[in-house]
Amino acid sequence: MTSARRTSYGVKGAPYAFLLPAVILFALFFALPIGYALWLSLHKVKVSGLGLGSGARKEVWAGIGNYTDALTDSELLAGALRVVGYGTIVVPVMLGLALVFALMLDADKVRFTPFTRLAIFLPYAIPGVVAALLWGFLYLPDVSPFYFVLDKLGLPQPDLLDGGPLYIALSNIAVWGGTGFNMIVIYTALRSIPAEVYEAAKLDGATPLQIALRIKIPMVAPSLVLTFFFSIIATLQVFSEPTTLKPLTNSVPTTWSPLMKVYQDAFGKGDIYSAAAEATLIAIVTLVLSFGFLRAANSRNKQEAAR
Amino acid sequence: MSSLAVGKAEAATGTRPGTAQRPPLRSRIALIPTITLLLGALYCLLPVAWVVIAATKSGSELFSTFTFLPGSGFTDNVKELSAYRDGVYWKWMGNSALYAGLGALLSTAVSAISGYALAIYRFRGRETVFSILMAGVLMPPVILAIPQYLLLAKADITDSYASVLLPLILSPYGIYLARIYAAAAVPADVVEAGRMDGAGEWRIFTRVALPMMIPGLVTVFLFQFVAVWNNFLLPYIMLSDDEKFPITLGLFTLLEQGANTPALYTLVITGALLAVIPLIALFLVIQRFWSLDLLSGAVKS
Repeated sequence: MTSARRTSYGVKGAPYAFLLPAVILFALFFALPIGYALWLSLHKVKVSGLGLGSGARKEVWAGIGNYTDALTDSELLAGALRVVGYGTIVVPVMLGLALVFALMLDADKVRFTPFTRLAIFLPYAIPGVVAALLWGFLYLPDVSPFYFVLDKLGLPQPDLLDGGPLYIALSNIAVWGGTGFNMIVIYTALRSIPAEVYEAAKLDGATPLQIALRIKIPMVAPSLVLTFFFSIIATLQVFSEPTTLKPLTNSVPTTWSPLMKVYQDAFGKGDIYSAAAEATLIAIVTLVLSFGFLRAANSRNKQEAAR
Repeated sequence: MSSLAVGKAEAATGTRPGTAQRPPLRSRIALIPTITLLLGALYCLLPVAWVVIAATKSGSELFSTFTFLPGSGFTDNVKELSAYRDGVYWKWMGNSALYAGLGALLSTAVSAISGYALAIYRFRGRETVFSILMAGVLMPPVILAIPQYLLLAKADITDSYASVLLPLILSPYGIYLARIYAAAAVPADVVEAGRMDGAGEWRIFTRVALPMMIPGLVTVFLFQFVAVWNNFLLPYIMLSDDEKFPITLGLFTLLEQGANTPALYTLVITGALLAVIPLIALFLVIQRFWSLDLLSGAVKS
């Protein structure tokens, strides 16, 4: 095996041989499924007669019919709006907290940082399903300590699993699970800033807050862009948290997020053609948003560099 | 909270000899950041603390006693959970260990060899291959999972261990990290020296480069292990036989059944606690010789 490789590939062929497993896996589990989803999205099933027998169901060309159906589907639109509402809470709160925590970890004379850093990172190790399950129980009036305290204080007890508070309940799960990872990404960037950069500012009497706002935040802008980018992608794909909360309440419909709607169409209704079209639309929105965002971030960076 | 923090910190600094004239407290501890971080830690630990305590309660204690008061039923809960449907819970744990362990191992191997090739060699199409592989990050998993399911159904391998393992082996992020680590850890002249000695490319990779990349590859392995262990969507779509379920999917089905029967709540809660212990333990053990910073691609100089 070893000698065969040596004689047949040599230095020139080696990188191609080394990349072969990744390329094959990419073709089988990324390219082929995407191609198949596109093909499905442009087809539909035509049933002739009673739909019995092997020739009765035929896949025929549907053009953009599935797409126009999806774009005018009120459930999909409602799901998209819910996710936009959810994302406007999750992304700023999660990244804001991650940035604040990272700056504080990086500040001088802060105690217990090994403990707090690990504790805040800990939720990363907990599966989304389990996180949703734990918070789900904490939202249930019968077992929750919050309701116990609210009850003792005689305060009103909102139903966290319904209406507006449901967004907060779901957002909280995402913020809890994601803050630590983003904090570590930003903190790593902060620590790679050489100390000399602050020295001058310190000598000039700048406060830690001024140093954070004027020097540190601009210098970690690239990692903020990166975390923002991944957070948006993750938000658009929210699936397991609302799915897990569903058994605990009646107010999470099976089509709460667009991806849940895709799943419902594909496996609930068995309409894989509509599901493929909807999935493609979500992928397109994700790509347009992420590239648009990256371009905007890049051009700003260039403008600042040119100044 | 604040007085506790200050008290501990004083004890820590106070034991140092020769600190008779200590500067005032405010200049020794940055209070606001310390307290904010402790509050953040409290928020992050709260649900974990709750599940630890709730898992000790028997079914009736769960609804009758104060939330943060430990109960008396932990061993009974574990026994009951183990007895549930002939111990299917431990089967789920075993499955998760298999999916995450084997999946992460295969994924790390593919990432290592791809990252090495992309970092060390100059060849035509290098950046194109890298960009195409990275584009995989942008593809929402569900977009992939449904056609993956339909394609695997055609090959008749859905509802199998392979249907959950295979699609997760290729990790764009793993390749990205491995490329950074290879570029930082494997000097070009070491590879060149290997060639001078007449070693083949494969031999240089396995004997020389791979050992140098190990610290970075541990990170790739951990990242992938967590990703697979926490994955819900792919097994949710691929599997129907609950003997093959990973722990996430098993707990979800347990919750689905338990939602209408509060008697099953204690099983779900105990199950949730036991499910998070392995990963938390993994992180606590490993952080002694592994830095969290590595996760974001930081390379120690």
